[in-house]
Amino acid sequence: MSQNKVPSALTIGIARGGLELKQFMRQRESVVFTLAFPIMLLGIFGSVFTNELTDGVTFSQYFVAGMIASGLVNTGFQQLAIMIPVERDFGTLKRLRGTPMPASSYFIGKVIVVFVTMLIQVFLLLIAGVLFFGVNLPTDPAKWITFTWLILLGSAASTALGIAFSVVPKSGRGASAVVSPVVIVLQFFSGVFFVFTDLPGWMQQVAAIFPLKWMTQGMRSVFLPDSFAAREVAGNWETGRTFIIILAWLIAGLFISIRTFKWDDQR
Amino acid sequence: MSNVISVRGLKKSYGSTQAVAGIDLTIAQGEIFALLGPNGAGKTTTVEILEGFRTRDSGEVAVLDTDPSIKGSAGRNWRNRIGIVLQSTSDAGDLSVQETIAHFAKYYANPKDVDEVVAAVGLTEKSTELIRTLSGGQRRRLDVALGIIGSPELLFLDEPTTGFDPKARRAFWALIQDLRKTGTTILLTTHYLDEAEALADRVGVISQGQIIEISTPALLGGRATSLATVSWLSASGPKSEKTDNPTALVSKLSVDFPGEIPELTVKRASLEDIYLEMIGGEDESE
Repeated sequence: MSQNKVPSALTIGIARGGLELKQFMRQRESVVFTLAFPIMLLGIFGSVFTNELTDGVTFSQYFVAGMIASGLVNTGFQQLAIMIPVERDFGTLKRLRGTPMPASSYFIGKVIVVFVTMLIQVFLLLIAGVLFFGVNLPTDPAKWITFTWLILLGSAASTALGIAFSVVPKSGRGASAVVSPVVIVLQFFSGVFFVFTDLPGWMQQVAAIFPLKWMTQGMRSVFLPDSFAAREVAGNWETGRTFIIILAWLIAGLFISIRTFKWDDQR
Repeated sequence: MSNVISVRGLKKSYGSTQAVAGIDLTIAQGEIFALLGPNGAGKTTTVEILEGFRTRDSGEVAVLDTDPSIKGSAGRNWRNRIGIVLQSTSDAGDLSVQETIAHFAKYYANPKDVDEVVAAVGLTEKSTELIRTLSGGQRRRLDVALGIIGSPELLFLDEPTTGFDPKARRAFWALIQDLRKTGTTILLTTHYLDEAEALADRVGVISQGQIIEISTPALLGGRATSLATVSWLSASGPKSEKTDNPTALVSKLSVDFPGEIPELTVKRASLEDIYLEMIGGEDESE
């Protein structure tokens, strides 16, 4: 038999990404909750709150920015922090550990799944927002540049934190019950469902520790007119601070993941 | 290379519990070796150290001339040469049999042909079905397919037929015997003594963290020379007699009874009898 080399980590990682996307699309729950649910929320909130916040800024416009930021958290943090404990419980991780597949390939696969599902979700939200809720897309290229680094950096931080948080749920079955409340509470605190500056001060201060608030604010800087910046907490978009805080969470997430990741749940 | 697995003085403790208390073991190339022992005897710990899943406290371990705790690209090259069938996995229900095996083939340098492997484990008819539609026995066959897809020189099989019906077990044994013909070395753990007897060249009995005997199934625990029990129905009711010379006893009986000896049986100790005697009344709980 010819002595071939084991395939590279990247080759295997891309194969894993393709396989995991296939699995994702075949699971009705994941497709419904990850892709359709945010659109439903947008539909509900967009229909209930039809008022304008200021001239030319509807609540839908404000809400779309928050939902896109939430999409980064749903497809990264929430999806992985639930999926990985399930894979650990089912023995999937242990089986993979017994093959020549390197750990990096596993994470490359996860990054691909998160990134592709994130892009689909963001795209669907934008389409729905424009078609049904009169959302205006920005025309300034600088805003699209901000949008691009926000989804890349935000998605990366969300992915790293999801992997880091995957050691918290004790079992695959209970993972959703542990992870989902964290995300929902953060959404309320971070100004996704309500106008952030209308929230009590202590809630704003708690939210400012976590990245979702900054992703949401960053998305508002993309989708709302610059005149709206005066209504933010600091009176401006705080773009530099947003970048630094999300980056800090990305680094923290990577550090914790590398230190704590578990392939199985034994002693 | 003569020994695929070579272990000397292996020890492993969890806290104050000594799970493996000094094991020596060598397994030759092409051999099927069965490791028997009650739950909690150190069987799983030993095998998982050999598989590279657990660390050891002390002792020398070489699997394919490599220390299983090896990491990095050398670790990948080592894993490329082994196959592991774990106790139970229930993942990826949304992929078909063929998709799953074809995907795992991409991890290895010299994978076998996917369709051939599907056929070898008897899943050709189920090839395009989703895994969640498979029965327990079919899933186990898939586990084996994933264990052998990389053309391993050494295959670990951990309790492969637990929960099988008798027919499925026989079919599974035939599959393992086919693998033996290709020269694959197999380390098997099992609770079923008949399985060890049907498959293994040698068996090792592990109890309280130590190997108490290694032998062929036929010779284990002095089985070949143990007394035979001859039973029959006498005029005064059922009788049985232990003897080291059953043939003489039966010919004597054949004189006493004209024609058939009623309800005659001659029984040697089964592997299970010997095994249960060896491990004594050990606690079966983990």
